[in-house]
Amino acid sequence: MNRPSENALARQHIFNLPADWPAHRRNLVLACIMALMLSFVGFVQSWNLAFSLLNMCLISAIMSLGVNIQWGYAGLFNAGVMGFAALGGLAAVLVSMDPVPAAWAAGGGGIGLGLVIGFVTICINIYLWKRARSNGKKRYWLIGLVVVVGYSLMRLAIDPSVAAIEAVDPAMTGYLGGLGLPIVLSWLFGGLFAAAAAWVVGRIALGLRSDYLAIATLGISEIILYVLKFEDWLTRGVKNVNGLPRPVPYEVDLQEAAWLQEIITQFNLSIIEASSLLVKLCYAGLFLIVLLTIIWLSESALRGPWGRMMRAIRDNEVAANAMGKNVTSRHLQVFILGSAVIGIAGAMLVTLDGQFTPTSYQPLRFTFLIWVMVIVGGSGNNWGAVLGGFVVWFFWIEAEPIGLWLITLLTSGMEPAHWLRLHLIENAAHTRLITMGLVLLLTLRFAPRGLIPEVKR
Amino acid sequence: MEMLLNPLVLLVNFILIPGLAYGSQLALGALGVTMVYAVLNFSNFSHGEIMSFGAMVTILATYWLQSIGLSISPLPTALLALPLGILGSISLCLLLDRLVFRFYRQQRAGSVTYLIVSIGVMFVIGGLIRFIIGPDDRNFNDGDRFLLKAREFKEMSGLSEGLAIKSSQAITVITAFIVVAAIFWFLNRTRTGKSMRAYADNQDLALLSGINPDRVVRITWVITAGLAAVAGTLYGLDKSYKPLVYLHLVLPIFAAAIVGGVGNPLGAIVGGFVIAFSELLLTFAYKKVAAYLFGEGFFGDGLLQILSTDYKFAVSFMILVVVLLVKPTGIFSGKSL
Repeated sequence: MNRPSENALARQHIFNLPADWPAHRRNLVLACIMALMLSFVGFVQSWNLAFSLLNMCLISAIMSLGVNIQWGYAGLFNAGVMGFAALGGLAAVLVSMDPVPAAWAAGGGGIGLGLVIGFVTICINIYLWKRARSNGKKRYWLIGLVVVVGYSLMRLAIDPSVAAIEAVDPAMTGYLGGLGLPIVLSWLFGGLFAAAAAWVVGRIALGLRSDYLAIATLGISEIILYVLKFEDWLTRGVKNVNGLPRPVPYEVDLQEAAWLQEIITQFNLSIIEASSLLVKLCYAGLFLIVLLTIIWLSESALRGPWGRMMRAIRDNEVAANAMGKNVTSRHLQVFILGSAVIGIAGAMLVTLDGQFTPTSYQPLRFTFLIWVMVIVGGSGNNWGAVLGGFVVWFFWIEAEPIGLWLITLLTSGMEPAHWLRLHLIENAAHTRLITMGLVLLLTLRFAPRGLIPEVKR
Repeated sequence: MEMLLNPLVLLVNFILIPGLAYGSQLALGALGVTMVYAVLNFSNFSHGEIMSFGAMVTILATYWLQSIGLSISPLPTALLALPLGILGSISLCLLLDRLVFRFYRQQRAGSVTYLIVSIGVMFVIGGLIRFIIGPDDRNFNDGDRFLLKAREFKEMSGLSEGLAIKSSQAITVITAFIVVAAIFWFLNRTRTGKSMRAYADNQDLALLSGINPDRVVRITWVITAGLAAVAGTLYGLDKSYKPLVYLHLVLPIFAAAIVGGVGNPLGAIVGGFVIAFSELLLTFAYKKVAAYLFGEGFFGDGLLQILSTDYKFAVSFMILVVVLLVKPTGIFSGKSL
């Protein structure tokens, strides 16, 4: 695959095929297998399930592209995927929900004042930190004093407003609401939110050695989640935000459309099934556009001088530094870009769900599973990351029915009410964790370059 | 006098005693993380699940002991079952090392590869645990609930504030003290312990002086697994056993190890208590204390809480981030940074 053989060159001459055709052929076969698996679900279980799987696969693919940008291009271990995805979700709420005027009147000013005080405190701190460098230990005390004073002032400004906002019709709103803009815009804002957070995180954590970076980002993502969970004035916290507007038509409206009636008589479908399939298809189309755009952008970046520089930095930081490349700022740049992609995917996920539930963000599902996708797919290869997103999400969902089927098959010799059989069937859902772990371990051991390995350029 | 004693009792009851117990649990966990880091050179993300596994075996053994009617009341049966839990997690760790980690050691893999491998291990053990015992909450503490009840203390001392000591808290602190003392004796006094420290300090030099690396690695896993099982069981006794919790416990444990200085056993213990006490100090509502000292309503009717209790867990991450920023080597400068 590294160097095209003579045979391959001849073929390229005749059919005008790309030089790395054998690798492409293998990728095509893998993609076809994935498509076959999805349609198998369609035939055996239901097409509705197959299309919701497809939608989640597309979102997972975008998330794993984001991680691949950080890990595959630059070797940065970001264990804070969950936090950035959740920030994208927050963007969906803040962009699309209608504002709550009563809440703004009750406490908008106080919150604004508090945030300004907080911002000023941080600015003073950064200024002091830089100015008081020569003062030794005194610097820490000075910073501590500023933090205490600034924090107390901020709390004095914010606390009454928070109480006032949360008292505004707590069962329905109890938060400030959003801007009431179309939800598709939030995908952009999700990227921006995540990018802004990544800038802060990157400035803090990128200087650390690789496994410290992982722990620091993991911790920071937990802090982000805690804020989203407990700052009710912003996100309604554990009360969740339901009924986000949709970028696609509603099933109920579709069911009344005349043209759909015609289609279902031709294809012999029920109206409910047809409308829900159509909605899922619309989502899939939107997601596909985003996915292809991101792939196109990152592939062209990777092929260009920028990609060469990133690989040089990843493979030998010292040498790249000696060549005059600014390693720190490149790392920060690539960290921001990758996080922005994750944020976009996070906003898309909340759009698809139609609700924002802070408690649903678990590191296992939103950080470590995405990592499995990248490693299994092939780190450093965008198509690999996409395939990994598809395959891993597919098995994350399908491991449960497959596991149940396997257990039922294996224990079919036992009597139906045997305690072991019942216990195994009851806990079949947990086979997905074991499967994912085994897939990750086996990939790392026997095919560390993944399903679609990085192309040597 | 009572004006001073009452707030003191309040602080002891709500900060000192829970902090000592939680700190001991974190310290035991962090000690395990730090040992693996010092000898095997990687951050073991699966440590939380190893703790959970040890606790699970202990619980299953407890149920078995209860079913044959064995008990050491007023102490919880789990203490009797703990050796079995330790054995269980030791065999798990040795098996893992043989099947998974040894390969990467021979490859001399980088620390990030190890990290990803340990994430895979975390998935597998987590799945196994849920498969065996299910994801539900379990309370397996069948001993006496309290060593000292709040009401008894009030009657004894005549103060208006109560002081309660849960027996699980006392057991935690005493067990942790014994285990830590044994570990330090082992590391500083025995030949094997010294060879372990030598290996952690400089692998090549240790190999040259005839230390058997396989033996050192094996012993490290045995100690780590034992510590994990004890820590996991104590945490489960004190709070209640829930598989998901142990995944979230990994971060405070890492925070404790890093705050103290990764690779330094003494640092791990100090770090555990630093994390535990700062969590409690920052989320405690000082309203009542202030009321005793300065009179009711001196500071208005606020709770006088620095952070809301919701952020209890987040405190450890904040400390972690601050330490990584200001002094990444930790309080007792850890190794290899």
